Amino acid sequence: MGGGRGRGRKRAPALLRQRDAQAGEGRGGHFQAGWGGPQKSGRRCNVQTEESMFEDSWCAKGERAGPESMYPIQVHSPEYSYGCPPPQAWLGGSERLTRKNYMVKNLKRFRKQLEREVGKLEAAKCDFFPKTFELPSDYHLFVEEFRKTPGITWIMKPVARSQGKGIFLFRKLKDIMDWRKDVGRSDDQKDDIPVENYVAQRYIENPYLIGGRKFDLRVYVLVMSYIPLRAWLYRDGFVRFSNTRFTLSSIDDHYVHLTNVAVQKTSPDYDPEKGCKWMIQRFRQYLTSKHGPEMVETLFRDMDNIFIKSLQSVQKVIISDKHCFELYGYDILIDQDLKPWLLEVNASPSLAASSQEDYQLKTCLLEDTLHIVDMEARLTGKEKRVGGFDLMWNDGPVSREEEGIDTAGTGNFVANTHLGCNNDRKKQLRQLFCSFHSQKKVTS
Amino acid sequence: MILKFQVSLQKPEIKLETLKEDIKEFFRITGWEKKLHNAVYSELTVFPLPRHPAAPPEHLKEPLVYMRKAQGSWEKRILKSLNSMCTELSIPLARKRPVVEQKELLNKWNEMGTDEPDLSLFRPVYAPKDFLEVLINLRNPNYENGEHLNFKTHLGLIQVPLKVKYISELKEFFVELSLNTGQLGIDDATQVPPELFENEHVRLGQKVLAEQDSAAAQQYIRQGSPTALRAELWALILNVSNQPEDLLYYEQLKSNVIQHDLLVDSLIYKDVKLTASNDDYYFVFEDYLYQVLLCFSRDTAVLGHFAYNSASPPKSYIRGKLGMEDYAVFYPPNGVIPFHGFSMYVAPLCFLYHEPSKLYQIFREMYVRFFFRLHSISSHHSGIVSLCLLFETLLQTHLPQLFYHLREIGAQPLRISFKWMVRAFSGYLATDQLLLLWDRILGYNSLEILAVLAAAVFAFRAVNLMEVTSLAAAEAVLADLSTLKVMPLLQIFLFATVT
Repeated sequence: MGGGRGRGRKRAPALLRQRDAQAGEGRGGHFQAGWGGPQKSGRRCNVQTEESMFEDSWCAKGERAGPESMYPIQVHSPEYSYGCPPPQAWLGGSERLTRKNYMVKNLKRFRKQLEREVGKLEAAKCDFFPKTFELPSDYHLFVEEFRKTPGITWIMKPVARSQGKGIFLFRKLKDIMDWRKDVGRSDDQKDDIPVENYVAQRYIENPYLIGGRKFDLRVYVLVMSYIPLRAWLYRDGFVRFSNTRFTLSSIDDHYVHLTNVAVQKTSPDYDPEKGCKWMIQRFRQYLTSKHGPEMVETLFRDMDNIFIKSLQSVQKVIISDKHCFELYGYDILIDQDLKPWLLEVNASPSLAASSQEDYQLKTCLLEDTLHIVDMEARLTGKEKRVGGFDLMWNDGPVSREEEGIDTAGTGNFVANTHLGCNNDRKKQLRQLFCSFHSQKKVTS
Repeated sequence: MILKFQVSLQKPEIKLETLKEDIKEFFRITGWEKKLHNAVYSELTVFPLPRHPAAPPEHLKEPLVYMRKAQGSWEKRILKSLNSMCTELSIPLARKRPVVEQKELLNKWNEMGTDEPDLSLFRPVYAPKDFLEVLINLRNPNYENGEHLNFKTHLGLIQVPLKVKYISELKEFFVELSLNTGQLGIDDATQVPPELFENEHVRLGQKVLAEQDSAAAQQYIRQGSPTALRAELWALILNVSNQPEDLLYYEQLKSNVIQHDLLVDSLIYKDVKLTASNDDYYFVFEDYLYQVLLCFSRDTAVLGHFAYNSASPPKSYIRGKLGMEDYAVFYPPNGVIPFHGFSMYVAPLCFLYHEPSKLYQIFREMYVRFFFRLHSISSHHSGIVSLCLLFETLLQTHLPQLFYHLREIGAQPLRISFKWMVRAFSGYLATDQLLLLWDRILGYNSLEILAVLAAAVFAFRAVNLMEVTSLAAAEAVLADLSTLKVMPLLQIFLFATVT
């Protein structure tokens, strides 16, 4: 127990085994990187990471399972007709963002840096992550914080698992004493059992409720490069409802508190026809009719802030490669004061569709991702919008206004994000590619 | 208010000569003048104009005798169905809840959706298609129709000769929807710069709300209501305010629900579970629906609307005293028996109002002004019979080829569009489009726009419909309306179709 556990220890073998297990499950619909052996097809390229946790990084062989058909998306090509290796879908070190403990560390470090360099006000913008402690390494710090605020609920999440597995809530220390004992025992058995790190996070007890139900938002962010940081925000997303009414009195009931669709699918009154999701457009309209447009604008601006700051905090530690891209799924929770909280960032967001609307969203999302990846080199690189993606950050904030008008400093700056807004992507794509076509004709 | 008025009367400045002016001034200052205006306006809108002094009260309900008779026999059928279900399941129409059960219900009040009572034996009392069959068989005895086809037979399903508006009359009636008037639902699209229409319209809306004038709001909303202002605008038009007595009234209804259990409650439960809970948009609001509908069925104030509704509330007699008027009660207390899909009237309102007593009041007002006409037989121009006839006439006049084709393949258009109109399109359109449509219903104080929209939908999908060869295929073409944009469809059909 102690600081040594975090970084230096070679956890690679356990990690590989875990990933293999996941890869074999055939859940379908994950942009899965093949961590495993040569049976996975794809191009190999070497990406060195700081800790040499992985020797190889694979291209993605993505499989999307829609209700109608399955077809694989191969993001690789044997011929390099454009003279450069094709893009890959895993950046080395992306777990800095997506593994919960690393996310916390990086964010804390970034916050300190901001406080030093810019000031307290700017640093306070990073307070969108509920208080989190890594266990077992920060156990004593955690206990100190726990004792300071007795009676509140905490949530324990395994660091590297997904789909709601292994998560539980607790209020008393004795609930995790038993867990701690188990962990202590496995210390002796070293590498036989994969060691799991957990994070203990302060549970947000006053979530915003709609119809008495708790929900969280899933938003998609596409990062084309980290240095310089170029990030795109997709206009669509969805709101996942918990299937039962929210109450703090039954913290053992997973179905109330966890909004992952994966967990909800096993809830006894889950009706797959029903769908516990809303599109973000509907959610935005609902909020506007309830709170007015200004408060909703503020909320969405705060969410933009979450995306940018979280990416900036890991900017320096992720290996940037201009031929790599990553599509993240951000999970955001909104509390009753309309403040957004970052729950987690998913590196391989589920692409399985639970309804026709969902299928629509995910197919269009993937299509637009590939448009931006631009393997046919159709884009000029100066676009601020491609289909449903808006360029959110291009080594600096991107404004909705046209180039040339410097509004960044005047306070009239409006960010170029349209989350929950009208997504007329087909029209936009048509206009975009038509204009290229005519331009090419002119130049050729 | 009276107290304040009396207090101010005691001031020495008040003189007898100027009392009349002072009262007027007082009303104006305290805003009561506006409230009185609104109250009078609302009464005028809701109640029909006084008829000939010699006309009996039934004429207020429904002037045509054959319609009254048809409504009477339809009601008898509904009651029979309800009573037989009652005897089959041996459940009393009403019973007092034991104290234990009362406590339980009170605890669960905010999450009644979690309750899963066994409702498999209950069936809805009737569905829209049963009602359609009744309407199809309506005949005017003074009108020689004969059993055989002749020149006077209507080509559609409705065979009664009611007066409906032509398209030229509709164009005049819906003049604010015309091509050169700004509309929300069209002129607030992303490509249109907001300075053109939207900003000004929003400013105007805020001004209307500040003035608190019902009549102005009703005129304003014909061009659509901005999302943020809609809840208040509707409350202003329907003259619903959140007074403490309203809150108390709602609490009273709630305690009635807790104390007594009605058979109708199970029907409501079943309906919500079958319709709203399975809807992608509205499943979240399940609990609100119970809270509103259960209270609604106990609200005797609703009985007031039967003065101008052709329907009459069903009567039930205390056991053993059948036929004795002294022992008659209305059942359910509000006189309205819910049918399959009834809960969909409430569901879209949950999007706007979150406080149960306000939501309840708005729904009640909407019901006694508009929705009751959609399931009672009458000759009113907004009644469902007229709407059906309007729909069929519009389609026949402007898309004769389509109408003929559908009729030939046995797919009478009304069979498909009936369910849309009965539900005022709730559950068929996307929520934001539905709310834009209901804006216009409030603005024009008429349901005719439902028939126009139904015809516009058929016009929009005419090309596909011309290719189908069966009723089922036609249903399939028109199954999904969730992508439709209501206002452009209406505008094109009314103002841009070549006739």
